[in-house]
Amino acid sequence: MRYRTLIQATGLALTLAAAGAAQAQISDGVVRIGVLTDLSGAYSDLSGQGAVVATQMSIDDFLAQEKPDFKVDMVSADHQDKGDIAANKAREWFEQGKVDVVTELVNSSTALAVQKIGKEKNRVVLISGAASTKITNEECNDVTVHWTYDTYSVANGTAKAVVKQGGKTWFFLTADYAFGQSLEKDASDVVTANGGTVLGAVRHPFPGSDFSSFLLKAQASGAQVIGLANAGTDTTNSIKQAAEFGITPKQSLAGLLVFITDVNSLGLKATQGMYLTEGFYWDLNDETRAWSKRFFEKHKRMPTMVQAGQYSSVMHYLKAVKAVKSDDTQKVMAQMKKTPVNDFFAKNGQIRDDGRMVHDMYLFQVKKPSESTGPWDYYNVRATIPAAEAFQPLSASKCPLLKK
Amino acid sequence: MQIFGHSLQELFPQLLLGLINGSFYAVLSLGLAIIFGLLNIINFAHGAQYMIGAFLAWIGLTYFGVSYWAALVLAPLLVGLLGVLIERLMLRRLYQLDHLYGLLLTFGLALIAEGVFRNYFGISGESYEVPELLQGGVNLGFMFLPLYRGWVVVAALTVCFLVWFAIERTRLGATLRAATQRPDLVQALGINVPLLVTATYAAGSALAAFAGVLAAPVIQVNPLMGSNLIIVVFAVVVIGGMGSILGSIVTGVGLGLVEALTKVYYPEASAVVIFLIMVIVLLLRPAGLFGRQA
Repeated sequence: MRYRTLIQATGLALTLAAAGAAQAQISDGVVRIGVLTDLSGAYSDLSGQGAVVATQMSIDDFLAQEKPDFKVDMVSADHQDKGDIAANKAREWFEQGKVDVVTELVNSSTALAVQKIGKEKNRVVLISGAASTKITNEECNDVTVHWTYDTYSVANGTAKAVVKQGGKTWFFLTADYAFGQSLEKDASDVVTANGGTVLGAVRHPFPGSDFSSFLLKAQASGAQVIGLANAGTDTTNSIKQAAEFGITPKQSLAGLLVFITDVNSLGLKATQGMYLTEGFYWDLNDETRAWSKRFFEKHKRMPTMVQAGQYSSVMHYLKAVKAVKSDDTQKVMAQMKKTPVNDFFAKNGQIRDDGRMVHDMYLFQVKKPSESTGPWDYYNVRATIPAAEAFQPLSASKCPLLKK
Repeated sequence: MQIFGHSLQELFPQLLLGLINGSFYAVLSLGLAIIFGLLNIINFAHGAQYMIGAFLAWIGLTYFGVSYWAALVLAPLLVGLLGVLIERLMLRRLYQLDHLYGLLLTFGLALIAEGVFRNYFGISGESYEVPELLQGGVNLGFMFLPLYRGWVVVAALTVCFLVWFAIERTRLGATLRAATQRPDLVQALGINVPLLVTATYAAGSALAAFAGVLAAPVIQVNPLMGSNLIIVVFAVVVIGGMGSILGSIVTGVGLGLVEALTKVYYPEASAVVIFLIMVIVLLLRPAGLFGRQA
């Protein structure tokens, strides 16, 4: 009995060796993509299951169009917005799960934790959902790409536009943790650089549900603009309650990180006229509409920029693997950085040495209810912010990789 | 006049907002206190029942044209019925066991409810309009008070008073209280104690749903709205004294006010202050402010 098992094991080993020989450069004969995201918490609408759907679309399209001689598959898990859970899962995937690349990582604390594991294990990390600029500054490394947006790019676009429209005095309502503070700081810099003044800020606990006290403070400041340096339900509740207390439209709100799912949940009546910056909107051109329509058929909701960016990053990675005929991290990273990103999401996107994928961002204004033709028809494009201006310039970067 | 560097002009609005939030705490902790007082069950599903109340109002308005006023009655009724099922089918089997079992069961039920609503409605939530009658607001001189918030205080405190009155001042309440102390004796007097217990759990659940409907026009209706609030409400019940009816009402309102003042002087601590008070109260009066030593 034991003898037979031994023979079987040998046979299995031989088969595996043979398979390995046929695809010498792809470890384990399969490129496995790990989607580590928030499947149940506060960010599960803007990334979550939609990001898993986008990844699967990306894999299917790649297999159909490129007909590679290797297999591609996907695993996914819920990181519950916790850095330690994300780090443990990524480690398990890299060590035992044959995962070549961990992707998505909405919520900066999970992204920052996993990019360290990626460096330690020398595997690629593609970040779509997280916002912190730390990812490509203090914490940057040569295996991580930050794809869709960051706090600098969204704050920059919106704050500049609002100051130019005459909103010179600002007061911030800030989620009291790393992300909110980073957003407040990035936006304050833009406001002062463009000739505006910041009158003050109030930090609210995260997550909150009643913002009326903080809003009254903002009202008392007399600022023309109340900058919302928070996200998700904190933002939607702030907007809703500002209207309730008659603060808007006398003072205007600037949502520094607003996703289309937030606008969808609040409705146009409460959000009309608001400026916001995103890296993607489904109704930009024929290409975005075509892709988004396919996405909608699978997910029953239009894509957020995070979900669109997720597709784009996975596709770019897979094409690089095919081009270098290997899943070796350094070879693939070199190929990804060498090749411009050209798809429905980005035109001539470029991955810089700090890991930042730079591409055009868009300044939108939310439509009036009368202008909208139906569900998901929410934005007017007010400006395209060219890639060179949209992101933090390399000269200001704190990334140690650049100092070589 | 200045109080620690803040004018009255600045303090009044914040105190009023504290009163509003305190009213929510009062209704929610009242439900918890009743259930704990009479059933000895720590109802962790309370937050979920609050959330379901808010969602029922939204679903009613969106799909069936049920007005806010009707929802204020219907949603608590439906959630109360759900409470009857939970009590009859599940909780009933746990009374003989440690508190922990009831806690685990209700916590599990809360997770299931949140999961189901998340699956169908997503996490971003839905917007519920303020009913037409209560739109707009009044200028009080020191602040603009939305009419709806004023209504919340009136409605919440009225319900609190009625519940307190029913339990402390009526024959039914006396029977209830007797049944908590000596269920066997009360049963022997020919009163249907199991029915009383079921009704109590249903009433506690209905109170949570009532608070949910009250909250719907003020905050986004979303599957996690209950779990964000429930921890604070538990702290309120602990501070007030587990099971004390009057204690939970007074503490709810009082802590709303304390929280409001914290938001004026040091907003970063506003989420922590209630727990700080809880620690102090537990150290000095382990049975809570209004609780009796066992």
